[in-house]
Amino acid sequence: MSMVHVTATVNDDEVEFLCDPRETLLDVLRDRLGLTGAKEGCGTGDCGACSVTVDGRLVCSCLMLGAEAEGKSIATVEGIADGENLHPLQEKFIEHAALQCGICTPGILVATKALLEKNPDPTETEVRYWLAGNLCRCTGYDKIIRAVMDTASDLRKAS
Amino acid sequence: MDRPNGFKFVGTRPDRPDGMDKVTGRAKFGADATAPGMLHAAIVRSPHAHAKILKIDSTKAEAMKEVKAVVTRADFAEGLTGENWNILENVMAGDKALYDGHAVAAVAATTPLAARDAAKLIAVEYEVLPHVTDVDKAMAEGAPVIREGAADKSVPDGLHANVVRYHESGHGDVEAGFAEADLVVEESFKTEATHQGYIEPHACLGQLGSDGKGELWCCTQGHFIVQKTCAALIGIEASQLRVTASEIGGGFGGKTTVFIEPVALALSRKANRPVKLVMSRSEVFRATGPTSSTSMDVKIGMTRDGTITAGEGVFRLQGGAFPGAPADLTAMCAFAPYALKNVKQTGYDVMSNRPKQAAYRAPGSPMAAFAVESVIDELCKKLDLDPVEVRLKNASKEGTKSSFGPRFDRIGLVETLEAAKAHPHYSAPLEPGQGRGLSCGFWFNHGGETSVSLSLSEDGTVALSVGTPDIGGSRASMCLMVAEELGIPYENVRTTIADTATLGYNDVSHGSRVTYASGLAAIKAARDVVNKLCARAANKWGIDKEAVIWEDGCAKPAGPNAGDFEPLPLARIARTMGRTGGPISGHFEATPEGAGMSFATHIVDAEVDGETGQTKVTRYTVVQDAGKAIHPSYVEGQFQGGAAQGIGWALNEEYIYGEDGRLQNAVFLDYRIPVASDLPMIDTVIVEVPNPGHPYGVRGVGETSICPPLAAIANAVSDAAGVRLTELPMSPPRILDALERQAHG
Ligand code: FES
Ligand code: FES
Repeated sequence: MSMVHVTATVNDDEVEFLCDPRETLLDVLRDRLGLTGAKEGCGTGDCGACSVTVDGRLVCSCLMLGAEAEGKSIATVEGIADGENLHPLQEKFIEHAALQCGICTPGILVATKALLEKNPDPTETEVRYWLAGNLCRCTGYDKIIRAVMDTASDLRKAS
Repeated sequence: MDRPNGFKFVGTRPDRPDGMDKVTGRAKFGADATAPGMLHAAIVRSPHAHAKILKIDSTKAEAMKEVKAVVTRADFAEGLTGENWNILENVMAGDKALYDGHAVAAVAATTPLAARDAAKLIAVEYEVLPHVTDVDKAMAEGAPVIREGAADKSVPDGLHANVVRYHESGHGDVEAGFAEADLVVEESFKTEATHQGYIEPHACLGQLGSDGKGELWCCTQGHFIVQKTCAALIGIEASQLRVTASEIGGGFGGKTTVFIEPVALALSRKANRPVKLVMSRSEVFRATGPTSSTSMDVKIGMTRDGTITAGEGVFRLQGGAFPGAPADLTAMCAFAPYALKNVKQTGYDVMSNRPKQAAYRAPGSPMAAFAVESVIDELCKKLDLDPVEVRLKNASKEGTKSSFGPRFDRIGLVETLEAAKAHPHYSAPLEPGQGRGLSCGFWFNHGGETSVSLSLSEDGTVALSVGTPDIGGSRASMCLMVAEELGIPYENVRTTIADTATLGYNDVSHGSRVTYASGLAAIKAARDVVNKLCARAANKWGIDKEAVIWEDGCAKPAGPNAGDFEPLPLARIARTMGRTGGPISGHFEATPEGAGMSFATHIVDAEVDGETGQTKVTRYTVVQDAGKAIHPSYVEGQFQGGAAQGIGWALNEEYIYGEDGRLQNAVFLDYRIPVASDLPMIDTVIVEVPNPGHPYGVRGVGETSICPPLAAIANAVSDAAGVRLTELPMSPPRILDALERQAHG
């Protein structure tokens, strides 16, 4: 099958790649660009482990084709920290022990960062519904929710 | 407990050492590895629940230029026996496909897409056979036989050939006990199979060269057992295969065996290139271990004052197309929380056309607790007794002869019940339409073969190597325990999961054993290092080694008689160790036996919508004995995670088989695990009744947390709905059914 040539931006870097038209954006990120932070938990849009943003919108990268990334700006977990400085969400996730195995963490960080950019003052219920598409099997979500609420409150104080 | 002066590090909550890697996406999980020249593999699976394999034709697949190897059962070892044979039969079908999703062939190609295309071109001819997937039907007369001669000697005569193991235990005279009771309640229960549901599908990267030497990278709870099993299944010496455990994205018992690893190695051997094999989610559901499904009868007698006079239980478990369902453990756990004069439990391990069951957190115990604790709840309701008081009255304590035989050592059940009673949740008023449920739970915990090593660097830091994959933050606990012993900062200890060529044998991370057994070994290895540090100091000072003690990270003279010397900190001894006798390291290897049994009490409030049958858990409190919490955040995390999985099991999760014996819900959309909006915050109380078998009193905490929830939630739902729920999951249709039956009386 002939390959598609794609130019896009990933975490502010220009990237170019060739991909099979059947490959998902997740396949491209992981297998062609070496960005294995986004995970495949299901491949059917049900677990959120593959969450990235495309032009600022939260998407499951397993549900989008690599070829559709042409001209788009993609952000993954690898781009959340500002150089050496972790994003406050990343710090709070460590501090609150909001991860056990950590396989869901990249997707949940990408998703919650998108939430806080939209809604800096979410209620617990809003956080829970926003994260309803991100499965975590280890934590029971308690510490994740606390980490997000705590980050939101810190960020509000700082701004 | 041998730290009379209390702890400096243990019990604090420092950042986990792998935190940075895990929040930045750097951590390498099973599917994140690559190798030069790597091929990708795909597996061909049976669409039938039970079928003879007549012919496998891979000509078309092999004609694809991207395809480099195809394997079938013929490419694996012959002449295996016992559990290795079972595992091989499960990894790659022999004469028969035994369940929907059973692997029958595999292919390696240059890209994942080509491998998937090629798998579709492999033509398998089947002769479909009658199948059975329900446990009661599988042991009934006339059920299709999964495998003749699979039963062992424990099975009494006259049972169906699918009953392959039998267990009976207990003491006293249950009939006499029932005669003493003021009320006897007898009830039957069923639970469906659930999946561990780890978010990371199984993944591995294997290489087996023509020199017969192999390398394997995989996500597993135990790379040493993977090494042993893979080597046996592909017919090489274990020593020729080095296995490295990746970061693991959840296991919960489901990653304690092999599924795809031997296949990747067999393909690699044939193609002479590294092969990566990653399961899809539906493969995980169809072909990796769910729990057993069960059918249970429980009968309990009680006097008016709440004394249990006798308990009897029959537990039937189907564990898929192989022996191994934990019918014995289920039976043994059932009445463990209670000190009973008369108790009898029977277990049946039954084969059916389902995937080979695998361990899932305290295998068997949650189902047993569901049945027993539901009956106790019913007795409390009918006799108008308080559920905590009744449990306190009958609770097992130190010295109690357990329902499964031995006497209990120091245990903390009573303490968890007292803490539950004192918790504001227990006395909080309920809203209309809500119900409250309570349950106890028990798990044995395990020690297991363990070996660690600890080496000192010249910069005064230490490196600990353990052989138990970190499935929930255990590296942080290891670092804390070593820091405690050596008296150096937590940050100065680095814990690594060593590969199979670097360390002696280690059992799997299961049985809640890691913080207990690897922790115990780490403490002993640190003490070994301390001895050597003291010897260096003694040498330097020219005094006896016995006259040197270790305190606050320094060697010090034991007392005024030992001499007057400046304390020597670890870093100073380390800096000069090259000149004072060479490298310093400590090690420890053992199979510790004092794992310390574990109990929990959970309280749940639930709300049932009578119109839709939907249940919402509105409040949840976990009280569990941790012995000693090394890193309390991760102990709480285990409590919360177990409770959440229990909520899924109780309310939603189930394997649904069609008439055709095919699994109908092999995706997360249809096999729905709890999402954030389904759950409340999960409150935790850590009770600490020290385990005499661990230097700091640690008991494992990973499994017990899933034992009480099924029963506690069922009791809450039954309370809210006004009708006893006896089948799991309590999904909306089942609840509506129960309400309807109640209404029509
Ligand atoms: S992998 Fe994309 S949602 Fe699960
Ligand atoms: S931490 Fe393991 S799935 Fe979320």
